[in-house]
Amino acid sequence: MLLEIENLTLLYGRIQALHGISLHVNEGEVVALIGANGAGKTTTMRAISGLRPVASGKIIFDGHDVTKVRADLRVIRGIGQAPEGRGVFPGMTVQENLEMGAYSRRDRAGIAQDLAMVFDLFPRLRERQRQAGGTLSGGEQQMLAVGRAMMTRPKLLLLDEPSMGLAPMLIQQIFEIITRINEQGTTVLLVEQNAQQALSRAHRGYVLETGSIVKEGSGQELLHDPAVKEAYLGVA
Amino acid sequence: MNAHVEKVRARGARMRQRWQNMPRQVRWIAIIALLVFLYLLPNRWFYINLWYFRTMESDMATVLFETSFFVLLAVGLNVVVGFAGLLDLGYFGFFAVGAYTVALLTSPESRFDIGWPWLLAVPAAVAVTMLSGVILGTPTLRLRGDYLAIVTLGFAEMIRLYAARNEGIANGQRGIPEIPHPVPDLKGSDGQSVFGVVDARPYYWLTLTIIIFVILGVRNLTRSRVGRAWVAIREDEDAAQIMGVPTFKYKLWAFAIGAAVGGLSGALFAGKQSFINSDSFQLTNSILVLAAVILGGAGNVYGAVIGAFITWYLPEWVRGIGGALGLEINVAEYRILIFGAVLIIMMIFRPQGILPSRRRAAEFADRRQEAAPTEASA
Repeated sequence: MLLEIENLTLLYGRIQALHGISLHVNEGEVVALIGANGAGKTTTMRAISGLRPVASGKIIFDGHDVTKVRADLRVIRGIGQAPEGRGVFPGMTVQENLEMGAYSRRDRAGIAQDLAMVFDLFPRLRERQRQAGGTLSGGEQQMLAVGRAMMTRPKLLLLDEPSMGLAPMLIQQIFEIITRINEQGTTVLLVEQNAQQALSRAHRGYVLETGSIVKEGSGQELLHDPAVKEAYLGVA
Repeated sequence: MNAHVEKVRARGARMRQRWQNMPRQVRWIAIIALLVFLYLLPNRWFYINLWYFRTMESDMATVLFETSFFVLLAVGLNVVVGFAGLLDLGYFGFFAVGAYTVALLTSPESRFDIGWPWLLAVPAAVAVTMLSGVILGTPTLRLRGDYLAIVTLGFAEMIRLYAARNEGIANGQRGIPEIPHPVPDLKGSDGQSVFGVVDARPYYWLTLTIIIFVILGVRNLTRSRVGRAWVAIREDEDAAQIMGVPTFKYKLWAFAIGAAVGGLSGALFAGKQSFINSDSFQLTNSILVLAAVILGGAGNVYGAVIGAFITWYLPEWVRGIGGALGLEINVAEYRILIFGAVLIIMMIFRPQGILPSRRRAAEFADRRQEAAPTEASA
């Protein structure tokens, strides 16, 4: 098991955002976390990457308890994240953004190799290499966010709403790339409102409702679950 | 208006490009010419020929010294505000710590009465201010944005009020007199100390030299890993952290370096004035340095220099312009008003400042886009 979360609770001030959720991600999987707005998806992601401190519970990554480890050190251990809203550095060029992804790495050869790999996944980014991140379109920024997270050479890639605000054709494209990344050996945990796409590409999935996990199963199971269909897939 | 902003930005980029495309020798000659000009500037035989540039009613050398140490402050604050993006409203607090450290260590009137020479007290002052930056930063740099601004504001006021009320160490309102000038043994051809009371030129030259070294140091820092971490933190702190940047550590570094430069200017100020009390550390000064940094273009050392020069020199220059033009009204009384109006106009039409860094300009463009989103992104 690459990632295991046990009974995680998290507070925003006095408001409890997560009510003891437990989930796990196996090595080599794509796991989707679906749910409505405000269900706690992004909060869960921020807890895993270390941007939010948790109130109780455990986060075990790669055999080590990282619950209290700082976010920047979790990156070194292999948790890479493309945050919600992309979080691209607007004043840095595409190239500089990608290089920031390799900030904690020293292996020049490996970095160059990964940069080539990212440009290979996203040829569009190669074309825009010298352009400032802030001047990219939404789709390009999303690609940059994913590419930048890949530059940390993660064992586990966290993707927070990679399809948000994108045109349907681009959504298709970004999911195809996620599948490719996974096939090349990176484990993926992804949060999505686009449940259809996410579940059809995921090995397993969890359904999150107001801070609790209410369902889990394989991607196909959830995709055909009547309750999930009604609530998240827009079909009765 | 957006199109206009684009145009201005493109012009800035072109000018930068043209400068970089010049042959190396030409650039060096231009830089050396500028430095020679700056070193000659306080000499009467030199500035007397600069009709419209010199100050009319105040001593040019004194104004230049004040301007130069103000520039030094701006360069220091720029590290904090411009590079790391930390809003520090209490920068003069560090200036005060530096000045008081020198005063207490050198003045025979100080409680400690150890009478160190000024030169020895300067590194001590820098170390003490740096330490005070770390002490203030450690609990507060976990705060963001407005909260940090409030805490730093409080810090500067605490220092000032403590200095004003404390009789035991700071001598209250009476302050600390008889702070020795820098290197009293250094005598000029007339047998007087070079660093004396009347002539402000040596202080200006000293400060100018320090500024050059500080700028070189800061430039090297910004091009290093530290600099890249600062940019990332400024642009998106969360994103920086999930790239593996230890954000707290680098914010603390920015704070400490900024504080050290502030303390250094305080030490210079004390050495020149030879008397300090809490009145020298009014809150408006903190705000003024910040205004200078923003005006010049936060994130760019040269922007900060130009901003500080304008902020300090322009009002002094305006002071004399009324008389020179034979006007009935006293322009000097309106100089802060004029400055305020200039600031407001700047913030409307060129919020990134006069000479912003390339990155800063892009960040502002990005923020504009966020404020007025275009239709669907694709």
